[in-house]
Amino acid sequence: MSENIIELINISKDYDGAEALKDVSLTIKKNEFVTLLGPSGCGKTTTLRIIAGFENPTEGTILFEGQNINSLPPYKRKVNTVFQRYALFTHMNVFENVAFGLRIKKFDNKTIKEKVSNVLHMVNLSGYEKRSVDSLSGGQQQRVAIARALVNEPQVLLLDEPLAALDLKLRKEMQIELKQMQKRLGITFVYVTHDQEEALTMSDTIVVMRDGSIQQIGTPVEIYNEPKNAFVADFIGESNIIDGTMLRDYLVRFAGHDFECVDKGFGENKEVDVVVRPEDIKITREEDGMLKGVIKSVTFKGVHYEMIAEANGVQWIIHSTAMSPVDSRVGLCIHPNDIQIMEKVVSE
Amino acid sequence: MRFLKKFYTLIIFFFLYAPIIVLMIFSFNNSKSRAKWGGFTLKWYAELFKDNEILSSLYYTIIIAVISSLVATVIGTIAAIGIHNMSKIKKTVVMNLTYLPVINPDIVTGISLMILFIFIKLNLGFITLLFAHITFNIPYVILSVMPKLKQLDKHVYEAALDLGATPLFAFRKVVLPEIMPGVVTGALLAFTLSLDDFVISFFTTGSGVSNLSITIYSMARRGINPKINALSTIMFITVLLLLIIVNKRTSRKENA
Amino acid sequence: MKIRWISTPYIVWMIMFTVVPLLLVFFFSITVQTDEGITFTLENFKKLSEPIYLKVLWRSIYLAFVSTVICLLLGYPMAMILAGTDVKRKNVLIFLFVAPMWMNFLLRTYAWLTLLEKNGLINTVLSLFGIKPLNLLYNNLAVLLGMVYNFLPFMVLPIYSVLSKVDKSVIEAAQDLGANNFKVFTKVTFPLSLPGVASGITMVFMPAVTTFVVPRLLGGAQFTLIGNLIERQFVLVGDWNFGSAISIVMMILILISMGIMSRYETEHVGGGFFG
Repeated sequence: MSENIIELINISKDYDGAEALKDVSLTIKKNEFVTLLGPSGCGKTTTLRIIAGFENPTEGTILFEGQNINSLPPYKRKVNTVFQRYALFTHMNVFENVAFGLRIKKFDNKTIKEKVSNVLHMVNLSGYEKRSVDSLSGGQQQRVAIARALVNEPQVLLLDEPLAALDLKLRKEMQIELKQMQKRLGITFVYVTHDQEEALTMSDTIVVMRDGSIQQIGTPVEIYNEPKNAFVADFIGESNIIDGTMLRDYLVRFAGHDFECVDKGFGENKEVDVVVRPEDIKITREEDGMLKGVIKSVTFKGVHYEMIAEANGVQWIIHSTAMSPVDSRVGLCIHPNDIQIMEKVVSE
Repeated sequence: MRFLKKFYTLIIFFFLYAPIIVLMIFSFNNSKSRAKWGGFTLKWYAELFKDNEILSSLYYTIIIAVISSLVATVIGTIAAIGIHNMSKIKKTVVMNLTYLPVINPDIVTGISLMILFIFIKLNLGFITLLFAHITFNIPYVILSVMPKLKQLDKHVYEAALDLGATPLFAFRKVVLPEIMPGVVTGALLAFTLSLDDFVISFFTTGSGVSNLSITIYSMARRGINPKINALSTIMFITVLLLLIIVNKRTSRKENA
Repeated sequence: MKIRWISTPYIVWMIMFTVVPLLLVFFFSITVQTDEGITFTLENFKKLSEPIYLKVLWRSIYLAFVSTVICLLLGYPMAMILAGTDVKRKNVLIFLFVAPMWMNFLLRTYAWLTLLEKNGLINTVLSLFGIKPLNLLYNNLAVLLGMVYNFLPFMVLPIYSVLSKVDKSVIEAAQDLGANNFKVFTKVTFPLSLPGVASGITMVFMPAVTTFVVPRLLGGAQFTLIGNLIERQFVLVGDWNFGSAISIVMMILILISMGIMSRYETEHVGGGFFG
């Protein structure tokens, strides 16, 4: 338990009657890279702001190293935030931006200079001290924002979609840099994003959220391979989600065919959601397939082709490096390991 | 076409400047008439600085302008921040009421304040004049500061708190500097409006307290007075110098 | 943020010095004081419909309208010229154009007194050519002149501000599509400048219709516009009730015309003072 740095216990948040968070509980360990992932309005940013202290939860408790910090104002918390649009102080130069927190803590000038120059070196901005922040590119501003937070040596760094405003190439580079920085410094990162790929690349733990509640907490591999429900499956990567019936343990029927699978414990003749990833569907000759169908469309995606096949009244998205032409008749095969069974979510 | 443009510009500028220049020239006229030149003199200037009525109104004009613009800037800036953070409905209501003194004819603002002061048995004089000026100055400060607040990234204030600044420190060191151009514009606007105001002052002052505009009005009603010419000359030159200084300063800032 | 309450001092101030006074004006406009006390009545508004007052109302609107039209006719070409000059000379021109506005309003009006008087400069010059002194002061023309002189910049600046923001390529596109200079103006430049024209009209008409200084100084003691009528009720006659009723009518007139004009303004373009 001593490993836990932040614990959210049954947190709820109301905005004038509108529920932004419903009974959220989450434990964040020291040195962990945790990502809050979900579509906009899912409550991920609200969660981050509650940890930072900008919002007070309507109900619930926040613990920091076991201490209740519910009523602690943001300027007394040992966390720092990197804001989505950086929120740099445009009337100060780069040095003064980074030195802001240190000056408040009344460090002497020599120490401030040393620390600022170290952290600027770390984010590859040595020599930019005197520049005005307006004259920097988006990526450079991003680094200043990170340096400004890191220089205070926070135990937890909160990042609110920090890469959203950058172009794709820069975003990829910064993802790697951030991850390396987190490992090197040994700081806990709580990272908010709506980009599932970013979450899969960087995180130790992903928290998938929707409509103010947590859908699933797990490692990237767990989240991808064993999504707990159709929402998670759909949100993380592309999926075929089909209605099915669990006939008994290890046997499921969907699309008019009985498939062997590796799941059990659902009971008999139980309605379930079945998830199959597009890359897990193998195209065979028609007579060798478990399902027989027709290719409806083919799109070239660079590394692979995306094909849509219709079989037994179901449209299947298939990813493959080998292309089958439109209107060709094919067989589809799915390995038992690649069939993911989920309980049906009773939608509100 | 070029010639036509130049000619037209010349005519308009002649129209704008001729009265002022004539006024200035005749401030050095030794004859009291405005039509005949009686030789060069500075006696009107000398008399101007001996005229207690004008000197006292100059004093009140400046005192009122300084105090009212300072008070209005403080109240208005703080109010703008509060309004900026209001819910949409409240904000709309407050902003519409804020616009009222701006779009209302000065004469209506003037008489309404006069009615109020008499109604609550406040003697018309320095205090009522000051209150009136603060009242019509605040909206201009708010209207100058609001756009800057809208431009301000709302997270900037939070970022300062996040880095350990108390709310007051964050306001002083981060929010205020970022909205400073708006605050300065508002203060300058308030100051000049107060300097220049006649109508509202006319209705809200009394007991011997008057500003320059009121004094000029009463002197002009009594007929022509060369002292006013002297006063105009001094005021126009002062304004011109101030404008040139301000312009030089801002253009240098833009180039930097 | 929990700082919503900090605007409370202002709100208290505003209610006290903006809302309450206007309510008082409204209250006075619908009451009369008699020996038995205060009674509610529409008498004050009825009084305004008497012919002498209607005439004043009509004359105020007429003069304000004419001065607005003159300002528009004189000001639009000026705004175009200002917007069309190259950057270097533009700043100087704008500066020179705005500078007289910074002089006290009363002094600017007073300046015309000096020129227009019976033995003022203009008549003196005319007499050199053997022309008899003209009655230049204390008539409609003098009041109009005073209004145009004082309010012309309010027309020019908003139009200039819109014109100088017009994208040059739009005009080039029109020329490219075969429009001659006249067509470019009527089909492109002028329609694009309409928001500026609308704010210019508002900014000239409003002060012109409410002023009482210009008619008092250039029109003489007998010259009466709405502004003078209101002033007289409060300063000389002491009939606050009638004065309030006129004020209410004027306020409503102004608010209606502001409402109409603001439909044509896409943005507020009154700036240019500290730009």
